[in-house]
Amino acid sequence: MSRIKEKFAELEAKNEKALIAYIMAGFPNDKSTLAAVRGLIKGGVDIIELGFPFSDPLADGPVIQNASTVSLEKGTKIDSFFNLVEKIRKETSIPIILMTYTNILYGRGYDKFISDAKKVGIDGFILPDMSIEESKEYVEASKDKTDTVFLISPNTTKTRIRKIAKVSSGFLYLVAVFGTTGVKTEIKNYTLKAIKEVKGQTGGKIPVGVGFGVSTPDDVKKYVKAGADSVIVGSAYLKLIEKTSYDQIERKITSFTKRLKKPTRL
Amino acid sequence: MKYPKDGRFGEFGGKYIPETLVPAIEELEENYLKFKNDRKFKTELDYYLKVYAGRPTPLYYAKNLSDKIGCGKIYLKREDLLHGGAHKINNTLGQAILAKRMNKKRIIAETGAGQHGVATAMACAALGMKAEVYMGYKDTIRQKLNVFRMNMLGCKVHPVKSGSKTLKDAINDAIRDWITNVESTYYLLGSAVGPHPYPVMVRDFQSVIGKEIKSQMKKINNKSPDSVIACVGGGSNAIGTFYPLVDTSAEIIGVEAAGQGLKSKYHSATLSAGSKGVLHGMMTYLLQDKEGQVTETHSISAGLDYPGVGPEHSYYKDTKRVKYHSATDVEVIDAFLMLTRTEGIIPALESAHAIAEAIKVAKKSKPSESIVVTLSGRGDKDVEEVQNYLSKNTQ
Repeated sequence: MSRIKEKFAELEAKNEKALIAYIMAGFPNDKSTLAAVRGLIKGGVDIIELGFPFSDPLADGPVIQNASTVSLEKGTKIDSFFNLVEKIRKETSIPIILMTYTNILYGRGYDKFISDAKKVGIDGFILPDMSIEESKEYVEASKDKTDTVFLISPNTTKTRIRKIAKVSSGFLYLVAVFGTTGVKTEIKNYTLKAIKEVKGQTGGKIPVGVGFGVSTPDDVKKYVKAGADSVIVGSAYLKLIEKTSYDQIERKITSFTKRLKKPTRL
Repeated sequence: MKYPKDGRFGEFGGKYIPETLVPAIEELEENYLKFKNDRKFKTELDYYLKVYAGRPTPLYYAKNLSDKIGCGKIYLKREDLLHGGAHKINNTLGQAILAKRMNKKRIIAETGAGQHGVATAMACAALGMKAEVYMGYKDTIRQKLNVFRMNMLGCKVHPVKSGSKTLKDAINDAIRDWITNVESTYYLLGSAVGPHPYPVMVRDFQSVIGKEIKSQMKKINNKSPDSVIACVGGGSNAIGTFYPLVDTSAEIIGVEAAGQGLKSKYHSATLSAGSKGVLHGMMTYLLQDKEGQVTETHSISAGLDYPGVGPEHSYYKDTKRVKYHSATDVEVIDAFLMLTRTEGIIPALESAHAIAEAIKVAKKSKPSESIVVTLSGRGDKDVEEVQNYLSKNTQ
């Protein structure tokens, strides 16, 4: 069983939902990323999504775009990223998911990239521009190695939800809003409906995580109440990292994480 | 490739898109397939192409230029004479009429030099629709006049300040807008790039160029041309020129921007110097580093300044049906001046890349041979750029 699946099973036994945190690797540098990871773990996060920067992040809003640009300018490379993951792995066995864009994997070859990532301790992938139609090679290369987390949108049809669920493992990532990452809006009725729809179509066989624009303990509470198995917070973490000096990052991230985690305990 | 159902030209193309866009792309494909052979749709498009845009465009025998080189005959397909001054209007009229039939109230587009933005603004004004255009911040400075033109045509221009602040970033932001306003908005893409069905749809709307060349050459010579040449950035005028002629015996050449040379970092020659990758919803050749990060491009012509290329061109490169060459900024300026002086025709700098190649091809040709060059746009917009270049390089 993958680390991600184990985590969801463990949480279910405790009657808890998963808090997933997204941070951009190398933003504003590797040292800060390590500090942030320590803060996340101390604060009780369940799964960490590490972003790897891409020059053209077309599903991301301004906060993650900026973090990508900074990370690339600081010289983040695939191998330096893998080194960072190895360092993190020495400290924790928490599930780690790599979120990036298709071209990064394609360049090295899906097989090679996924094997290399697995070796350093990556447990799964999220690729926001990978549609299921183009995913055959990627899904095959991931088999028995890493989980493939696909995205679902509030406008995804019922038939398609089932098709996406078939190639997904770990969890399903429900995009909460029509828009890019990090856009703050009130919680929409269509999102709450979509959570029920996805749960219904998949019969509870795979956990459902809600992300995009989730930034406060109150958001977490509402999505958990609506039936989400997990909530994903990203841009809010990056904003916090951006305005915090290095020596305060671990402490600030710990306390923010604690506040976000609390409403996931039922 | 007639209509690739899976959106693939060989291994190229496809639809690498965020899930939110899937219903929109499916709706677009469904409607495109429904209307492309619809009699009323075709009548309306033909009407606008004829009386609004000015089709058919002439095929002009450039006798002075040909005589100067002294070998084969060079013919110019005069897309520069179209309304707006470039081939872009062929596609914007087609897609704007389609958007109207789809009841889309809001049109968005990206633009590099501003030609597609202006052509979108014109088509939307003519059809009574509202358009908003994303344009790289750098390009809004380089092509100020086109920003004013779009504003005057009733179109809002959003300067894009992310990434390299040029065309590729304008496409990123247009896609982000589309994700956010997916129900109400039609994305009017300007080149034969992006996720399926855009590359095939834009090709079909631009194929009017190649179809006219075919029948015009038949009247002149009673056969297809010996060589056909067009410039390639994203590649819409080129694919529109080439596609109707790929099943003839014509030698077909696409010309990319070699900028300051293919060995320098300053070029946009994706097919000549790139590698395979995924960007803007498609698998195609890209200019990128070893890590898969897309690199910045350079060309004297803003319209060719793009690190990707239409997937059908990638396919024709690999199958060797089309040869892809390139022309440097220096060769382009020479060709620009030569055409201006011999024929009194000021070509767009983009089109001057094709002229530069035509001069090379003509030198090796026989007097009986015919070489057709698509003159994709007129050069009024580039006069200042050329003046700057000449004053810098003749001191």
